[in-house]
Amino acid sequence: MNPLARLTLTESKLFFREPIGVFFTLVVPPLLLVILGSVPAFREPQEGLGGQRVIDLYAPIIIATVIVMFALNGLPQMLASYREKGILRRMATTPVRPLTMLTAQLAMCTVLSIVASVGVLAIARIAFAVPLPDQIVGYALMFVLCTVASLSIGLLIAAVAPSGKAAGAIGSILFFPVMFFAGLWIPRAVMPDVLVRISDLTPLGAGVQSLQDTASGSWPQLLHVAVMLVWTVVAGAVAVRYFRWEAAR
Amino acid sequence: MAIIEVYDLVKRYGDKPAVNGVSITVEQGEIFGILGPNGAGKTTTVECVEGLRRPDGGTVRVLGLEPDDPRLRHRLGAQLQESELPDKITVREAMELYGSFYRTPADWRELLSTLGLGDKHDAQYRRLSGGQKQRLSIALALVGAPEVAVLDELTTGLDPQARRDVWELIETVRARGVTILLVTHFMEEAERLCDRLALIDSGRVVALDTPAGIVSTVDDEQRIRFRPSAPLDDALLTALPEVTAVSRSGPQILVTGKGNVLHAVTSVLARNQIIAADLRVEQTTLDDAFVALTGRALETDKENR
Repeated sequence: MNPLARLTLTESKLFFREPIGVFFTLVVPPLLLVILGSVPAFREPQEGLGGQRVIDLYAPIIIATVIVMFALNGLPQMLASYREKGILRRMATTPVRPLTMLTAQLAMCTVLSIVASVGVLAIARIAFAVPLPDQIVGYALMFVLCTVASLSIGLLIAAVAPSGKAAGAIGSILFFPVMFFAGLWIPRAVMPDVLVRISDLTPLGAGVQSLQDTASGSWPQLLHVAVMLVWTVVAGAVAVRYFRWEAAR
Repeated sequence: MAIIEVYDLVKRYGDKPAVNGVSITVEQGEIFGILGPNGAGKTTTVECVEGLRRPDGGTVRVLGLEPDDPRLRHRLGAQLQESELPDKITVREAMELYGSFYRTPADWRELLSTLGLGDKHDAQYRRLSGGQKQRLSIALALVGAPEVAVLDELTTGLDPQARRDVWELIETVRARGVTILLVTHFMEEAERLCDRLALIDSGRVVALDTPAGIVSTVDDEQRIRFRPSAPLDDALLTALPEVTAVSRSGPQILVTGKGNVLHAVTSVLARNQIIAADLRVEQTTLDDAFVALTGRALETDKENR
């Protein structure tokens, strides 16, 4: 097995040995969907939502939650603690570059996000008759774009956080505004205009709307695609500028 | 052929030079020690050898290669100070993972049993004792079957028995032809293991020789303490050419002298039918040598770096 495959496999095993991480990333999102879907009123078409049901709106929001759990919480905490413990530094003395560890972590987060999201879509379809995305290719592209933008922000957190604990704290604090604007508490469809304008500029707000648009068969809005690209480039560039493989002396 | 060549190495952190003109060469199959107090620049020196830090001045070559040459990483194994592993990785997973990084890895099972971790394959890292973690760290440094091993403070945190076991292991590794560069602040470790030593203080080499050679450059003075079984006239001892001084504290006599002073003293005692009870001979140690060379003791500062 080549080092990257071996490393990805080992990191995945380690991921599944942390019950709290598994709970928040793989259990909470589907659970949230099931709880919301269990409310009878959320399964009724609403005139105020243009005939859509609340549960229909929540499918992309819960997928955004999956992405955020991995990208803003899991990834930065793991990388910062690996740096803090000198694991990345030890790797730097071997033929494998520490960048391989980063690649393995990104691969693991992406694959698990996809698995969890497919699970969420399946539950939504089977249990609550939420239609599967119409524009499946567009939907997948928007999912990837939203994931990449979020992972860039996660790397930025890992770059500036002095320790694993600090990275975890930053991720947890960011979770609330990021998910608020993604519509976790008030879906975008019922947000006041001013909040929608702000939400349009956040990576997950743009992500959720693009998922929604492609799910219903239309094109994503150019603004939202641009917002996600800008977040990716800016956060990614700053992360690259400040990322360190070893803890400060 | 020299395996490691360090010439006039300079490394600064900010304005402060941590290493200031260090030159050492390590020969094939040698155990070479870098000994000095904490903060002397030992770790910085080997980090430049390992390619973890870029020197500000001077040259470093390992196996004829630049330290940051990717080819070198297949041939050099490093054990770092204060480097951990993920809490829940098992010993087996760690060995298989790090083994997979190298083209021609060593047999990790054999390595672990030599290191006394043969029954720990399935133990998670967090469940290992400090000594076991340290031995696993050494195993990871050797899993690539390196030609050169750089070991930084390899017995820190080990109990005396574990420390001796590790020393034996290092000698076994050397017997296979591996060249070893060792960083330590334990005098006993340096004396026991190293063929040659560089004593480092404040970023400079203050002495470079065999352990015995370093001791002898300072002084070959010996101190002999004993309690005579019968009253003894100091003049009998001071008359000996090898003796430089005689002093008493209570029933004890302390004789200081050079060369074959022990033989001279015991001969005098035997002729006078006096038995030397509690006889102790104190020789100059590396620590004494370090004090003489720098005015500071070696093993006082317990802080890291």
